[in-house]
Amino acid sequence: MSGQAALERLPGRSGWARPGPWLRIAALRASGIVGVLVVWAIVGQFGLVRPFLVPPLPAVVAQLGDDVVTGGFAISAASTLYRALAGFALACAIGIPVGILISRNRLVGWFVTPIVSVGFPTPTLAFLPIFMLWFGVFDLSKIVMTTFSTVFTVIAAADAGTRGVERHLVWSAESLGAKRTAVFFEVMLPAAMPQILTGLQVALPLALIVEVAAEMLMGGDGLGGRMLQAENYADSVGVYAGIIEIAVVGAIAVGGMARLRQRLLRWHVETAAR
Amino acid sequence: MIGTAIRYAPLLILAALWEAVTRLGIVPREMLPPLSTVFVAFVGMLRDGSLPANAAQSFLRGAAGLAAAIVVGFLLGAGMALRPRFHAVAGPLVQAFYPLPKTALVPLVMIWFGLGDMGKIVLIFLGCLLPVTLGTYNGIRGVDRVLVWSARSLGARPREILLEVMLPAALPQLLTGLRTATAFAFLLMVASELIIANNGLGYLIGSLGDNGAYPAMYAAIMTVIALGFFADRGFAALSAHLLRWRA
Repeated sequence: MSGQAALERLPGRSGWARPGPWLRIAALRASGIVGVLVVWAIVGQFGLVRPFLVPPLPAVVAQLGDDVVTGGFAISAASTLYRALAGFALACAIGIPVGILISRNRLVGWFVTPIVSVGFPTPTLAFLPIFMLWFGVFDLSKIVMTTFSTVFTVIAAADAGTRGVERHLVWSAESLGAKRTAVFFEVMLPAAMPQILTGLQVALPLALIVEVAAEMLMGGDGLGGRMLQAENYADSVGVYAGIIEIAVVGAIAVGGMARLRQRLLRWHVETAAR
Repeated sequence: MIGTAIRYAPLLILAALWEAVTRLGIVPREMLPPLSTVFVAFVGMLRDGSLPANAAQSFLRGAAGLAAAIVVGFLLGAGMALRPRFHAVAGPLVQAFYPLPKTALVPLVMIWFGLGDMGKIVLIFLGCLLPVTLGTYNGIRGVDRVLVWSARSLGARPREILLEVMLPAALPQLLTGLRTATAFAFLLMVASELIIANNGLGYLIGSLGDNGAYPAMYAAIMTVIALGFFADRGFAALSAHLLRWRA
């Protein structure tokens, strides 16, 4: 899991080997995204590709503006986020205690570990037809689906996090006379927190990935469901606008999670180093 | 051998529990068919060839998309780690693409490539690209400078430094990225085939479910789980083998 912490570090903000004048750096950094938009605008303007494949940029922008003004975006984003976050929260509520128990109790560890090692790499979306059969096609089955998809990641992180806590920390606290509950809440849990949060940072995007796919399969008024509807009506402007809207929601979720990490780990070296 | 048996015994207990609750009628059979009927359906689908044929189709899609993602992702990650100017241009694009839930691209690849193999391969390629890129990038950035300087002072050429110093040193992170990418490949393969396809394991699961052939549907789902599990185990074994030189 320690490697996954590194995966969360995105390129772009870190230092330079040889910093040049800031204006040139800013221009270079903007050039990628501006370049994509310019190519898109030119392709659309001169009809180099069929507009169905790449709809003109202004049409997509207009559609986005329309979605924001009419409130369609807010409603769809809210129902997607509600189901993804509810499933994710449930996964945390189950996964963190179970993960901690695995590392602390041999019987629980013996029973749950093989289940997690099968569940962790499983493409959990394969279970969607089962959950439809059990829980119907409305919110409940989608929430259960996102919980099921993310809970193994959370369990694995909580297990590895508590297992990796330095023994000396626990021994010191014990020798100073701390009670078991105090040792757990004031030493073990904070020490395991960075790794648990890393697991959550992997799990939250996964929840969105699965939620969007579940909406495409079962309908429902979310961003994914609306996109597939647009696809069925051959409305490629709607599809492009939908991707941008989902990307915005994803960026908010990922950014919010990183913020939460900073807040919770204010005391940690990792945050101080920034 | 006995150790493995004890380790995986809980799965057998779960299987026995599954059979028991369905045989005793605690859980209705329309919800959960007994495990034994699922096994019979599994053997039946092996015999009539529907399971191997669809699995082969899915495997080809997953492997093609993943292979392309590994090649392009490695070049992208290495380029960003080694060339500041390229880093400045590509970094923001990577940052913008990273938080997008990749299943949102399913309708897009349908518009571009229709229902066939190409759309699924491109989807898996796009979904697996960033884990490989970030693994390579962070791996190479983390390489001890002293190693590179030593190699250079001993007269190694840039290509040799990349392949014989940087690649091995970056391997642990690269492999972590690859493992994530492999899991993503399976997930996106199943997602895209469930949403729209004419063949493949995801399609098989969806169509069996629509027809109410639940034992067969469960058999197909358990096949996907087994494939994902063995791919992950195989990958872990390969990683351990490749990293055996580490202390």
